[in-house]
Amino acid sequence: MARVVVEVMPKAEILDPQGQAVVGALPRLGFAGISDVRQGKRFELEVDDSVSDAELEQIAEALLANTVIEDWKVVRVS
Amino acid sequence: MSARIGVITFPGTLDDVDAARAVRLAGAEAVSLWHADADIKGVDAVIVPGGFSYGDYLRCGAIARFAPVMGEVVRAAGQGLPVLGICNGFQVLCEAGLLPGALTRNEGLHFICRDEWLQVEATNTAWTSRYEPGAQILIPLKSGEGRYQASAQVLDELEGEGRVVFRYAGDNPNGSQRGIAGISSANGRVVGLMPHPEHATEALTGPSDDGLGMFFSVIDSLINA
Repeated sequence: MARVVVEVMPKAEILDPQGQAVVGALPRLGFAGISDVRQGKRFELEVDDSVSDAELEQIAEALLANTVIEDWKVVRVS
Repeated sequence: MSARIGVITFPGTLDDVDAARAVRLAGAEAVSLWHADADIKGVDAVIVPGGFSYGDYLRCGAIARFAPVMGEVVRAAGQGLPVLGICNGFQVLCEAGLLPGALTRNEGLHFICRDEWLQVEATNTAWTSRYEPGAQILIPLKSGEGRYQASAQVLDELEGEGRVVFRYAGDNPNGSQRGIAGISSANGRVVGLMPHPEHATEALTGPSDDGLGMFFSVIDSLINA
């Protein structure tokens, strides 16, 4: 068994209003110096040893991310 | 023998009932299609209605696009079946690759629920032939993820090929690129839009009956096929 993390972030050119809402909130909490925040998703998958890297990439590309607007990264963490 | 138009129900779909009603008001037979059945019952056209299919989990429409019924819709669309995606349905069609681009969170983050003036820019699609080019129609918008985005190349292609079907006529309510409210496939048979024509079919229940034209149009397209 292995743990795999898939990170999905909006592409750089995509407007991220949720990230902007966070940027707006930080000064209200008294924090300065944060110029940008982009919000994405993190998926943690428990996979058995038969699942290949190629399959994980297909999972990321076909389901976990919408490649029109998002980039993805697969990392085996254990 | 009236036209038969399928209306899909996914878990979380809200506006299938009103879409079916609009189909009947236009004089066709509404056929219920169940998400889990890989069967579109030989209908003449399909409507993918609005709502929150699968709770908008993962991404709006991301899970619905893999429902058994959608496999049949994609296959039939490839053979020219007219398909209309309304709101969440538009999101499903983009996720399924039947239409380009994607719908994302409204620019101002607010859920927008208000009547919007739309300009009908393409009247050569299966769903808009009854409108005059440039017609302004009043259709309710109710969505939180209605911002249409696509690469500059795709946007230019849509504009250049006359595939921007509806544009917001006044202020852009959700930051959709180029003010795009709805688009079509290359062959004009598949159309998606964020506003709800099925909620603009009668003066009693909507701001206008301007939405009926979409349902009349597809029935025309079938008669003339």
